[in-house]
Amino acid sequence: MVITRYHPVHALLYLAVSFFASSMVFLSLGAPFVAALEIIVYAGAIIVLFIFVVMMLNLGNETARQEREWLKPKVWVMPAVLVLLLLIEMIILLFSNDTEPMQIAVVEPRKLALSLYGEYIIAVELTGFLLMAGIVGAAHIGKHKKEELHRFLQNGQGDQQKTKRTRKTKAITNEQTALHE
Amino acid sequence: MQQLLTYIPTLPLIGFIVLSLFGRKLSKPVIAAIGAGTVCIAAIISIVLGIAFLQTPPSGGAWQQLLWSWFKVGTLTVDISLRVDALTLVFIFIITFVGALIHIYSTFFMWRDADYARFFACMNLFVCSMLLLVMADNLLLLYLGWEGVGLCSYLLIGFWYDVPSNCRAANKAFLITRIGDTALLIGLFLLFKELGSLNMTTILQQAPGHFAAGSSTITLITILLLAGGMGKSAQLPLQTWLPDAMAGPSPVSALIHAATMVTAGVYLIARMNGLFLMSPVTMAIVAIVGAITLFVAGCSALAQTDIKRILAYSTISQIGYMFLALGVGAWSAAVFHFFTHAFFKALLFLAAGVVIEALHHEHNIFMMGGLRKRMPAVYITFLAGAAALSALPLVSAGFYSKDAILWYSWSAAGGSPVLWFMALAGAFITALYSTRLMLVVFWGEMKTPIHEQPNRGMIIPLLILAFFSVTAGFIEWPHNMFQVTLFADHVQRVLPETLMKQNEPSEALLQGIAALVTLAGIYLGYVLYYGKSGVRWQQSPGLSATRNFLFSGWKFDQLYSFVFVKPYLFLTRINKGDVIDRLYSAIAQGSMRMNTWLSVSQNGSLRMYIVGVLAGILFIITLQLFL
Amino acid sequence: MNSAQMVLLVATVLFTLGLVGVLTRKNVIFMLISVEIMLNAAGMAFVAAGSKWQQPDGQVMFLFILAMAAAEVSVGLALVLQIYHQHKTMDVDRLKELRD
Repeated sequence: MVITRYHPVHALLYLAVSFFASSMVFLSLGAPFVAALEIIVYAGAIIVLFIFVVMMLNLGNETARQEREWLKPKVWVMPAVLVLLLLIEMIILLFSNDTEPMQIAVVEPRKLALSLYGEYIIAVELTGFLLMAGIVGAAHIGKHKKEELHRFLQNGQGDQQKTKRTRKTKAITNEQTALHE
Repeated sequence: MQQLLTYIPTLPLIGFIVLSLFGRKLSKPVIAAIGAGTVCIAAIISIVLGIAFLQTPPSGGAWQQLLWSWFKVGTLTVDISLRVDALTLVFIFIITFVGALIHIYSTFFMWRDADYARFFACMNLFVCSMLLLVMADNLLLLYLGWEGVGLCSYLLIGFWYDVPSNCRAANKAFLITRIGDTALLIGLFLLFKELGSLNMTTILQQAPGHFAAGSSTITLITILLLAGGMGKSAQLPLQTWLPDAMAGPSPVSALIHAATMVTAGVYLIARMNGLFLMSPVTMAIVAIVGAITLFVAGCSALAQTDIKRILAYSTISQIGYMFLALGVGAWSAAVFHFFTHAFFKALLFLAAGVVIEALHHEHNIFMMGGLRKRMPAVYITFLAGAAALSALPLVSAGFYSKDAILWYSWSAAGGSPVLWFMALAGAFITALYSTRLMLVVFWGEMKTPIHEQPNRGMIIPLLILAFFSVTAGFIEWPHNMFQVTLFADHVQRVLPETLMKQNEPSEALLQGIAALVTLAGIYLGYVLYYGKSGVRWQQSPGLSATRNFLFSGWKFDQLYSFVFVKPYLFLTRINKGDVIDRLYSAIAQGSMRMNTWLSVSQNGSLRMYIVGVLAGILFIITLQLFL
Repeated sequence: MNSAQMVLLVATVLFTLGLVGVLTRKNVIFMLISVEIMLNAAGMAFVAAGSKWQQPDGQVMFLFILAMAAAEVSVGLALVLQIYHQHKTMDVDRLKELRD
């Protein structure tokens, strides 16, 4: 449903629903921590980020109408067929070798944290770098855009821009705190 | 005494450096003093040294002086090191002594030229290079001098560079000698590869142990060395540059293209005699090349009208004699002929320069005439030179040297009647064209007025050279007359003795034939050219074809043009579109076309790219599924 | 047919749906959303594998994917804003300045 909506906000709502659903899947797989993170980060931070952008770009009914024009069958049939093929192949691969039934065991956050800061410490550091780069990159691009702002946009949107930026960095900071819990 | 050795090449070098750096600022007398003075001092030093050498020959037959080490690469050590033995001494003496006379002459001859300093700078550099060439104790230093004289030859032929034909002549000389130089260089490489040394003494000592006599390697090396010598010495088939080289000033022709540089090939072969002796094939080639050259060039000289070109062809012919002598193994005779030839040919060129200068730069001998009374000094000296050139019996230096060569060409171990006959024909022709030259230029009626008498300073060198042209032969008499063999005794300290055949005909018989032939040639020249008949004979139509053929130097230029230049031009013409390049441009065009095809895929559409990725994934997974 | 395979199946379907989204939509925002879906699917596959072997590694990987997704989205959205302001369009098919 996410991918077929014309209106971005609808799509995002369905996306949130999808995230909730997968979080439930995680829970049932015995990964409660991941399930919580899924809701907090994906459904919380990232969706909010999207919504901000949608708001800021004022994507409303106009966009929906445009989308409806773009989404003609001849546009999507060919990719869809290809992807369908891919799906079929992947399913074939998936079920080509039978495995013994698995038992669900809860992997508690403690064990996760131990391995995270034990054997994966380098990867955690690298992730820190990545997020840092993300912050710096976003800040830089946002700043660059602000310069453009005077030229192309009215003054009114400057504040929104600023909000968005701080918001975004805050979201990422959330990530880090979440990671480092 | 030995320390003075260094100064002989250094003095002209200093002269060159000073003149080339400050030549523009110096006044003409100063330039003349530096240019001629350095060479004169070098000449005096070399004479002093020569006397010392003759009085107390050094142990080992040579003075050797190491100046400094040039470079060291691996096992190869090249020193700037001078070595003077009997052979070198002869060459040094000629180079500095004749060179000094020519320099003195030039100070007057070139007086009105704007580029006075440049002329003397080049001349000094030439003398320095030539001295290096003959004094070098290793072949690389010799090659340095070899290239140096080539460079100076180029610079001086094209001295009056504002005339395009002079520049062409300079280029021609440079390019053709370059063929020989390259061969020489390859020869040196081969020698180094075989023997691991470029030192001449080492080479001559080691060669007999290293090569089998007559082996193909030694033949190849000697032929390459010979090719180098042929290029420098204007022997067949690389002789065509020398007549054109007469575009340079007359002193240049006298010094470079008669007395010294063109005999570098003779020096090289004489110096490397040990190598050449080991290859009978090459010796035969040397002799044959010499014989053919002397005949061909002599014939060409017969038909020339330009006074300097006549002399140029005669130079080629005389060097042909030297090569012939070298080829039959008459080493000392060859060097002796070089010795006398340097005097009389320099004299002839200088005298020709005087004549040309006096007649408003008139080169055509048929526009001259009647100069006997007007320029008596020049007439007498020229007569002495021409007599020596035509080897007038007993009274000229040329007789003694050329007669020796004629005799050896029959009776030496490498000689044969055919070579002797060629040489004899050459002698006849030489006498004929010498007489023609004398008669046409100095007898008859005056056709061009003399506009000035030559300067006294130009006459004095002529007189000195004329004196030597007559007397230089007296130091070496034919065997059957007097036992005076000063020269042979001198040079045979270095050069091997000439091997003789067992039962050669009597020397007197051959001498008599040679003298008769010479006189016959002179007489024929007298008959043909005395008075007006010469002109008439020259213009007779029946002989015009032959005359044209000989005039153009046996059409060698045309032959080369046909054999080498035309095919080359033809190839370049086919290749104008660049056959090889086409291959590369095909590759480039192919890439461009591929680019246009493939750039369709790079349409900037992100979705198309993702589709591409997807297709790739699909392909791989499908492969995995089915394999 | 066991649970892990079912989860993997769900992940596959999610992934393909995301891919379809990326391929069919022209709007950059929708494409980003679809990419999020794909990442989520990949993470789900990791978690499933981790729980199958009863190891925490799968969840660690999910955390990394999460972090990466966050960074990607922040930079990506900043770029979207930039693009919108410069080109006044969200249509990727019109952003073809890299074509030659």
